[in-house]
Amino acid sequence: MTRVFVGVLVSAIAVAAWFASTRFADASHTTSTAQGLAAWEQIYSVLTHPRCINCHTATNYPQQGDERRRHVANVVRGPEGKGVPGLNCAGCHQETNADSTGVPGGHNWHLAPLSMRWQDMHDQAFSSAEVCRALTDRSKNNNLDGPGILKHNEEESLVKWAWNPGRRPDGSARTLPPLTHEEFVAATRRWVDAGMPCPSGKGVVVWPLFD
Amino acid sequence: MATFRLTVNGERREVNVDPSTPLLWVLREDLKLTGTKFGCGISACGACTVHVGGVATRSCIVPISHIGDRPIVTIEAMAVDPVGRAVQDAWVAEDVVQCGYCQSGQIMSAVALLKSTPRPTEQNIEESMGGNLCRCGTYPRIRAAIKNASAQLPKGGA
Repeated sequence: MTRVFVGVLVSAIAVAAWFASTRFADASHTTSTAQGLAAWEQIYSVLTHPRCINCHTATNYPQQGDERRRHVANVVRGPEGKGVPGLNCAGCHQETNADSTGVPGGHNWHLAPLSMRWQDMHDQAFSSAEVCRALTDRSKNNNLDGPGILKHNEEESLVKWAWNPGRRPDGSARTLPPLTHEEFVAATRRWVDAGMPCPSGKGVVVWPLFD
Repeated sequence: MATFRLTVNGERREVNVDPSTPLLWVLREDLKLTGTKFGCGISACGACTVHVGGVATRSCIVPISHIGDRPIVTIEAMAVDPVGRAVQDAWVAEDVVQCGYCQSGQIMSAVALLKSTPRPTEQNIEESMGGNLCRCGTYPRIRAAIKNASAQLPKGGA
């Protein structure tokens, strides 16, 4: 009798666990693929804004300004994306913006790795599909899964800097990405929730996208 | 105005300046360390290079309020620094200087390079010194002097 009871109990637990896991799996994709793709295009509009892509270059140097000119002083990428001895990023870029001199700053100022470049060698932004594929490739994105990408977009100090980029040397404000940071995070959450769908095809984006 | 306590060339110094004042002007005007030069004022030429916390830093664009407790080292302290001494000696040996205006910045960048890379390659020199401009065009002699100084340094650095 006891054996039967235990058997029924174990079976009940197993069924409950299966049901819960099924429910959880469904809950993890409450956003449709179409909604996810729409959210991705919003994310892409931010990633290819100069505040972001200027440090996600394919070149051996960072870029500056909305016109995306080469960085002054012959600055180069260096082995860790932080410049080279004598010409490190940190030699100018401090922990916070220096609005009195127009130099932007943030913690651990550096270039994104080449695996996270979002443009070709001619300063043309990669297509939405290409950036999406790179961003979801864990061999290129520092092994981040969906929650990891969401955390990066929500919390990383240099990501957040894009919405607090300080002033140019002439005192004017630097332009901001097309979404607020809150909208960017919300779009990332929807995209991750939809299973991080990527657009198909290659396509070519003609720069400049933004003024 | 605000009071900032700095460590400059190993000495504790105190200045009362506007927090937005670039480090360069604190060094030159308040501390009378005029070896560091004003060149372009936009970090493009390297004449104002000093070391802040061991990092070669463009002092013309870093407000004093951003320095914190990091030690500042200027050209005036290079003679008593083993790498700085080797670089200065090499600069004399190679007769690098023409007008001399950019040279304190050149030396500060060269010292930063050699402290981390005692045996620099041509590419190392090219990249590390690429941000220091010289209107007299002394680049070949600067390059020779860096190699000369490198040869004087112990293999693992000074």
